[in-house]
Amino acid sequence: MDRPLNWAVLSVVLPLFGAVAAFLARARAGQRIGLLISLAVVLCSCGLALQLLEYGADRYGIGGWSAPLGIGLVADGLSAVMLFMTAVVGALTGLHATRYFAPRLSHDSAQAASQAHRRRYFWPLWLFMWAALNALYLSADLFNLYVTLELLGLSAVPLVALAGGPSLAAAMRYLLVSMLGSLAWLFGVALLYSAHGVLDLDRLSGILAPGPAVWAAIALMTGGMLLKTAVFPLHFWLPPAHASAPAPVSALLSAVVVKATFYLVVRLWAQVFPAALSFAAGQLLGYLGAAAILWGSVQALRQDRIKLLLAYSTVAQLGYLFLVFSLAMAPEAAADAWRAAVLFAVAHAFGKAALFLASGNLLLALGHDRIDGLHGVSARLPITMFAFGLAGVNLMGLPPSGSFIAKWWMLIAALRGGRWELVLVLVLGSLLAAAYVLRVLGPALMGPARGPRIAVPALMEWTALALALLSVLAGITVSTSLRLLEVGNPFSPAPGVPQ
Amino acid sequence: MSLSTLYAMTGVALFSLGFHALLVQRHLLRKVLALNVLGSATFLLLVGMARRGGDTPDPVPHAMVLTGIVVAVSATALALSLARRLKAAQGLVRLPEDMPE
Amino acid sequence: MRQMLAFTLLTLLVLASGLGLAVAVLSLPDAPTDLAARVDAGLDDSGVSHPVTAVLLNFRAYDTLLEIGVLLLVLTGTWSFGLERRLDPEGPVGPIQAELVRNLVPLMVLVAGHLLWLGSKAPGGAFQAGAVLGGAGVLLVLSQHPLPAWRHPAGYRATASLGLLVFLIASVATMRDGRLLEVRGREAGLLILLIEVAAAISIGAILAALFAAEAPETATSLDERKEPQP
Repeated sequence: MDRPLNWAVLSVVLPLFGAVAAFLARARAGQRIGLLISLAVVLCSCGLALQLLEYGADRYGIGGWSAPLGIGLVADGLSAVMLFMTAVVGALTGLHATRYFAPRLSHDSAQAASQAHRRRYFWPLWLFMWAALNALYLSADLFNLYVTLELLGLSAVPLVALAGGPSLAAAMRYLLVSMLGSLAWLFGVALLYSAHGVLDLDRLSGILAPGPAVWAAIALMTGGMLLKTAVFPLHFWLPPAHASAPAPVSALLSAVVVKATFYLVVRLWAQVFPAALSFAAGQLLGYLGAAAILWGSVQALRQDRIKLLLAYSTVAQLGYLFLVFSLAMAPEAAADAWRAAVLFAVAHAFGKAALFLASGNLLLALGHDRIDGLHGVSARLPITMFAFGLAGVNLMGLPPSGSFIAKWWMLIAALRGGRWELVLVLVLGSLLAAAYVLRVLGPALMGPARGPRIAVPALMEWTALALALLSVLAGITVSTSLRLLEVGNPFSPAPGVPQ
Repeated sequence: MSLSTLYAMTGVALFSLGFHALLVQRHLLRKVLALNVLGSATFLLLVGMARRGGDTPDPVPHAMVLTGIVVAVSATALALSLARRLKAAQGLVRLPEDMPE
Repeated sequence: MRQMLAFTLLTLLVLASGLGLAVAVLSLPDAPTDLAARVDAGLDDSGVSHPVTAVLLNFRAYDTLLEIGVLLLVLTGTWSFGLERRLDPEGPVGPIQAELVRNLVPLMVLVAGHLLWLGSKAPGGAFQAGAVLGGAGVLLVLSQHPLPAWRHPAGYRATASLGLLVFLIASVATMRDGRLLEVRGREAGLLILLIEVAAAISIGAILAALFAAEAPETATSLDERKEPQP
């Protein structure tokens, strides 16, 4: 134990360095810094994964002060998987963003200036967000997690607002929601600290004594995170924010940022809170998830713009992640259920990032993202539409995609537990997903190509395709990811350290 | 009721007030103020409970509150700037769904 | 009618949750937590003698590092909104105000320095000092002294990032085998002082710039530009 966590520490420190440098630099240099840091963070996350596979999970008290006095960093399979997922989505989306925010041929000088402004601020804001995400996955301290949550929320909001126009109101709503969620978390932390005098997750897990203060803290912290994860019926803020943001930002938000708060709920419910959780609490989350799947999918079917359709699809897909809570309350099925949720989250991250990047390409090419104006676009943008189709396969949960395997596990768990209502929701959700994906693909594949030939930078098309391929590959490489995920046994209650 | 419980209960009351205001007030400035009240309520709970030890209060919650204040100030500044931007771009001081019909 | 119903429902929701929280708080134990004793035990090694400063800049310095990150992030975010200059002169600054500011600002800088110095052994430190510096900046903005940001944008950006940059460099420079921020005793005291000075300057600069809110390079408002996008 207490082996130095070089890779973990660097994956927080490097993006912070990059953020400062990009803040100081001009737009072009900022972009170079951003790409360099992206590469470095990808290497760090690979390094961390290899280190964990070889030596097992580890924790480290920052400053050499071990908990409860200091702040613990913990690197286990779950953190490493989240870190890796973020690095891959982040690096590819960053590459896409270099073209998306690139200066365009335009006779309108004001529009060119506003594009330069976006490019200048995208990189420092995104690097701050990346640092926040990595810090969040690695932290084992409740108050430190609060700071990372704020760092995350306060970087996501201006990124949304970069698009201007309707995104401003969406960003404002997002900011209010995000701050409320963080403050609910903080109030819960204050209660837990007052009750038990520790902030460290492992120690808390060992001494957690059920009682009104602990229950209130669980309700506040879980509620705050459900709000930030946009779980039905707290999803109202997500579609406008994710749909109106610039496409690379939408990709990052829908793929990664909502997963970070989901990760926190899993971390707490699987490791820290089990002693104080009731079966009914898990059922409540499970039914919210089921409702989210149905409601989000039906709403996605009713949208007439691609980005809104994708945003509602995110609402639906997040439902699967919470459906799992109802299965995980049975102790013998818990570990399998959590595994399914994490695999689903990763596959969805790759797939949804691909879809949003593809929608950005369509927007750039057509000047709009209306579904009724897509006829014949696949003849013009074959790679983009192929990426859209592949990622769509993942949304529908068809083999061999990652979400197929995850849904399969969920299905088996639901059947074993005799949860027929959940089986029905799982099947219906996939059918509805097929329907809304085909609503886009159908017109795009049919009809002769219309309008002028469209130039979309190749890099924007290939990054979308790479992510789509990864979402499918996530199903094929599942045994490797599982081996990493198992490191440190993240889905059993921490043994706890006696006070 | 001890003094620290009194502080903590005041914190709970303020938390509820702030939460209520955030839900029912429509002007963005009021919503931002409501969030500030929520934050202060939490700080009050932390500082109040830190005093249970008598003369030597627990320094850890004090440090948490100092950090929390800085974060709250930052978030408020960002919210106010965004509200100004919204006003300048679209003349809105409320969110679209809160507009009078 | 619908509004009344919504209002009543929301009020009931808040009352119920408030009641739950009250029960939770009343159930908290009366005994204090034992972390205070641990802080005392580690105080000699921390490099400072004030427990809160020791927690902020040694035991939980990582929180403080991220928090200074939050400040710089929020400045970045605020500048990304591209706000227009707000404080256009609405008339000359009165002689009393001008004189007051001229005398107050140097005094506030002195007070900030004192608070900073005090931090190692008494309540005070980088944040308090930074807040006073920020206040001085706000006074300057209010009396139409342009912040240096608009004359030297690059220099102002550097001043605003100084705190985070020094903190990061200090953490990496003392990093051995991935051990972050492991400093003790005298070395820690010097490092903390260095970080605090840089942080106080940056916090002051950031708070003043947040008050003014417009980015240094924003010559024209973004609102006048056409917004492409859907």
